[in-house]
Amino acid sequence: MMMTNPFDSYKGKIPVKILEEVKESLPKASLKKISDALQTVYKEYQEAKIAPGEAVGIIAAESIGEPGTQMTLNTFHFAGVSELNVTVGLPRIIEILDGRRDIKTPMMEIYLKKPWSQGKDIKKVALQIKETTLKEVISEILINIAEFSIELKLNKAYLKDVGVQQGTVVKILEKSFKGYSVKLKEDSIIMKSRSKQESLNELYKIKEKIKDTYFKGVKGVSQVLPVKRSNEFVIITAGTNLKEVFKLDFVDEARTVSNDIYEIAEVLGIEAARQAIINEVNKVIDAQGLNVDKRHIMLVADTMCSSGSIKGITRYGVVREKSSVLARASFETPIKHIIGASVTGEVDELNSVIENVMLNQPVPIGTGLPGLVTKVK
Amino acid sequence: MVKKSKINHILVPEHKKLSDKAKKDLLDKYNITLNELPRIHLSDRAISHLEPKVDDVIMIIRKSPTAGESIFYRRVVNE
Repeated sequence: MMMTNPFDSYKGKIPVKILEEVKESLPKASLKKISDALQTVYKEYQEAKIAPGEAVGIIAAESIGEPGTQMTLNTFHFAGVSELNVTVGLPRIIEILDGRRDIKTPMMEIYLKKPWSQGKDIKKVALQIKETTLKEVISEILINIAEFSIELKLNKAYLKDVGVQQGTVVKILEKSFKGYSVKLKEDSIIMKSRSKQESLNELYKIKEKIKDTYFKGVKGVSQVLPVKRSNEFVIITAGTNLKEVFKLDFVDEARTVSNDIYEIAEVLGIEAARQAIINEVNKVIDAQGLNVDKRHIMLVADTMCSSGSIKGITRYGVVREKSSVLARASFETPIKHIIGASVTGEVDELNSVIENVMLNQPVPIGTGLPGLVTKVK
Repeated sequence: MVKKSKINHILVPEHKKLSDKAKKDLLDKYNITLNELPRIHLSDRAISHLEPKVDDVIMIIRKSPTAGESIFYRRVVNE
């Protein structure tokens, strides 16, 4: 053993974290002692590794499944805001591991840059993120039957809150309603049709349309809630749209996350999605006060992301890649599968568990490591 | 294709492209073929700044709660 730096020679053999722990606990030891200690650590580490051939998938399934039986089945309200629900407990776990595209309660946690993170204009910032329609800007809509015109009274206090001029509202209206002339008159906007033929019915329809016209904010975000977390403000939203939020200059895009795994995969890549799956599952498990070893969740997340896109642990996702006819037939519509397989001349290699159970044979489980070393008959 | 900047985000670990030699060493070390590596899409946002080609190998240095740091490899594939 070289006497230069014993830590260097074990780099790559022992995980970084363990190396650091050894370093910390032996601050004054001689090189020789450290070298001996590392040798022992290395040996222990090798023995602590899971045995080759162990059925890690089944262990992971049991380890997550058993605590799953003790989870709650509810959707909870978030901090008193009734519109902002959060799916927690078992439904959320199922949602994540199934790889569902439409999750029940999409949310974002938006971190802010300084000085906004310290609470500067927090209300204004939150309102900028929330998707608002003209309904919120307009305090009153009057229909003038004699002149066939619509008068919109503006909510000045609200406009001031979001920092928008009246002229902007006029522009939005002009853009969305091309056939109408839009005029600003003191505190109200008057809209009139350019064509002569206008029915009252039409006016009422337009009135409803005006209410739902997109005005401002990030599309898809229906609720915003600024909360204080340790020493900074974070905005929690209902509805997600990471792409648009990242464009806002007051958002700290390095820490802002969504709970929509597919959205993360699209915006930040598959590795980020893997980490998001782990974080989301851990969040649920921690919130329920349960304890599951992180390695199980990491294994599941790795499996879900190994193809480059997210595959749920369902028969449409991960299981689909197993090509056994008998396995597919054992689940649903067996005759359809068997007929399909015989028509196309499919061969069943009997590689996985279920088809061997059917045939009363030992099941092949494990990492498949012996197959790498020698030919398994 | 426009060269995109690297993403700076807590969820995104560091991605690196392996050189041809490093790629061959990796395959030799584990006695595997490219087919057996996990995959990453060519269009994946996290590698767009590396200008990847199909069949490149991307090395990913993950932060791991159990090991501190763990290294993972993915092969670039078309969707």
